[in-house]
Amino acid sequence: MTEELIIAGFGGQGVLSMGKILAYSGVMAGQEVTWFPSYGPEMRGGTANVTVILSDKRISSPIINEFDTAIILNQQSMDKFEKMVKPGGTLLYDPNGITRNPERTDINLFKIDGTKIAADLGNVKIFNMVVLGAYLKAKPVVNIDSVEKGLQQSLPARHHKLIPLNLAAVQKGYELLESVTTL
Amino acid sequence: MGELKLMKGNEVIAEAAIRCGCDGYFGYPITPQSEVMETLMAREPWNETGMVVLQAESEVASINMVYGAAATGKKVMTSSSSPGISLMAEGISYIAGAELPCVIVNVQRGGPGLGTIQPSQADYFQSVKGGGHGDYHLIVLAPASVQEMNDFVDLGFQLAFKYRNPSMILADGAIGQMMEKVQLSDFKPRMTAEEIDAKYGSWATNGKKPNRERNIATSLEMDSAKMEANNKRFQEKYAKMQAEDVLYETIRCDDAEYILVAFGVSSRICQKAVDIAREKGMKVGLLRPITLFPFPKQIIGEMAKRVKGFMTVEMNAGQMIEDVQLSVGCAGCAVPVKYFGRMGGIIPTPSEVVQALEQKLIGG
Amino acid sequence: MDVKDIIKPENLVYEKPGMLTANTMHYCPGCSHGVVHKLIAEIIEDLGIQEKTIGVAPVGCSVFAYNYIDIDWQEAAHGRAPALATGISRTNPDKIVFTYQGDGDLASIGTAEIMHACNRGENFAVIFINNGIYGMTGGQMAPTTLLGQVTATTPYGRDAERNGYPLKITELIAQLPGTSYVTRQSVHTPAAIRRCKKAITKAFEAAMDKKGTSFVEVVSTCNMNWKMTPVQANQWMEENMFPFYPPGDIKDGSKADPASFKQN
Repeated sequence: MTEELIIAGFGGQGVLSMGKILAYSGVMAGQEVTWFPSYGPEMRGGTANVTVILSDKRISSPIINEFDTAIILNQQSMDKFEKMVKPGGTLLYDPNGITRNPERTDINLFKIDGTKIAADLGNVKIFNMVVLGAYLKAKPVVNIDSVEKGLQQSLPARHHKLIPLNLAAVQKGYELLESVTTL
Repeated sequence: MGELKLMKGNEVIAEAAIRCGCDGYFGYPITPQSEVMETLMAREPWNETGMVVLQAESEVASINMVYGAAATGKKVMTSSSSPGISLMAEGISYIAGAELPCVIVNVQRGGPGLGTIQPSQADYFQSVKGGGHGDYHLIVLAPASVQEMNDFVDLGFQLAFKYRNPSMILADGAIGQMMEKVQLSDFKPRMTAEEIDAKYGSWATNGKKPNRERNIATSLEMDSAKMEANNKRFQEKYAKMQAEDVLYETIRCDDAEYILVAFGVSSRICQKAVDIAREKGMKVGLLRPITLFPFPKQIIGEMAKRVKGFMTVEMNAGQMIEDVQLSVGCAGCAVPVKYFGRMGGIIPTPSEVVQALEQKLIGG
Repeated sequence: MDVKDIIKPENLVYEKPGMLTANTMHYCPGCSHGVVHKLIAEIIEDLGIQEKTIGVAPVGCSVFAYNYIDIDWQEAAHGRAPALATGISRTNPDKIVFTYQGDGDLASIGTAEIMHACNRGENFAVIFINNGIYGMTGGQMAPTTLLGQVTATTPYGRDAERNGYPLKITELIAQLPGTSYVTRQSVHTPAAIRRCKKAITKAFEAAMDKKGTSFVEVVSTCNMNWKMTPVQANQWMEENMFPFYPPGDIKDGSKADPASFKQN
């Protein structure tokens, strides 16, 4: 198994930390992982993205130009990364902030209203965990136990009390993933 | 073994330093490697192992603090990125001239000048040729994974002390900024004053003892004949490195007709390019130099006798290609040596590499 | 009477300090360096700290200081001695570290290193030889060269418009909270030499007691490059240097108490 994934959105949406929690979940599941961020000034307010690769083999390039999956959280990222999903691959997006829906017909499209679900759960900061849950429904690359362990490893101890809320968000995302059909 | 963690390359440098019994780190912030000192300061190793961490007023000061501490037999290091390494060039030359061990980490960014903060390998020449003034070389280790960022700190110190010569870990912004699974090393104790006296008493300037002459750490010698003798001794040291401490990795080279040569993050990209090329029916392998100085000349010379050509893949305008050409030429071979690369902080993609292979080497 | 009758222990009135090596000094006759070296050698002997002391030599005339005092030494790049001393003392807190620097080394190329080491309050002593000129390279202008003073690069005298002003670096150093003891001395008379020895002793003791950075400027002569006899040079120094660089203590205490810094 090798999953090559890009998560792309605005800085502040928790893109990098979502990638880190997923990567740590992979480590806890015994996989090889790389987490490669865009870094620099664009992290603040501009677009942010991270490439995460999970594999049961040694990982070659951490930098890739074709993805098995793209998680798209803003329009700029849709414009940039929709075309970089491999045929037969997966694109998951949050429709908030998307002005043009994806048009590819050769990939699997999913959406998750993470913004609203996080608000309903009472904490907009767990938006990224809702999206992670939705992703894990579409691509079950790690199980929920590994995610829990990944959260324990990646969150500082003082935030461990928030792990149940995070897991609830993952669960909600998992349940509320919607499949999309392009016309 | 130590714990299994998911960490950034830069963070791992800091953790590996603490664990390998490093006595001191002196640094100055610069993107994309500031996490090294940030991690050290957050870890407060002075409470745990007694390691000193100091934010200096400049890279010039950092490297000279390293000089001062290294000359007392302590295991010390610094880290920076390209423009900062240029500032350190003077001090590095003095350290090499005074024959002192230390580790210098360069998390390269694109240049010249202030350049960019994105990853680059444009400091290859600067690193393998010495970088400062005078005839000297650094031991240059090129990590290609976060695990190697961990492993090469200890290895860098071992080689530095073996040769009494500075080691450089030549990383880049990609290896520094990315996170991977890493098996941390076990803790090694710092050396005691008695151990330093016993092992390095012949040169360490840690206070003149009654049982020895005073030690002087210097690169100065006014007598040209003595200075030439010093230089000859340095050259013998570099020849010994070439004979004993070359490191490289080969991937799918056994039946390869074409060899990609790449180091650091470029070698990771090439690993994928090899897989893609093989799927397309091209017999391609990868040679990854791990020590850039001493350079794996011999294996390239041996390969040159049986392969149809080489292509270096570098994040610069073509620097390592010169060492590959020399290695091929020294073996009396004339197979083509091509280059493909990107500059200015752009990382080539595996498919670009395969395309270049087809256009420059295999198809051409 | 034969010379052998005179050379007897009971007739000994003066002896080279044990901490001075047998090497012949390369300094010009009349130079102040030899006197200051001798004082440091005596002090190391008096304090019994040979095994603990590490000196850092500069670039300049005193680049070979390491040839003359029988302790472990490091030779720094031009201006960088305070950085080396920081590295040594931070990783070897039980050692006594001092730098020996000239005016070009300390007050020109090494301004950043000396300022920041003193501001951090590094626990070492600085011996600063100010003779207002670059000796080793052949008498060029130093940052401390007086206005109107003729040097190889100010052949018509230092001009403030063209060359800037003489730098009172010691007064600047005294402003820094990390310094404990900052003084200006000279070695042109026996009385001055005795005062200077006391000052350097105090500076070494401050370093040993971890009081912060201690700093001794020694206003000195360079009769060779000043193109004077040693006696003329001493006189010229008194008449011209002392009014601008007055001898005496500038600061005598300990590095600042962090509690005295009000957080706004």
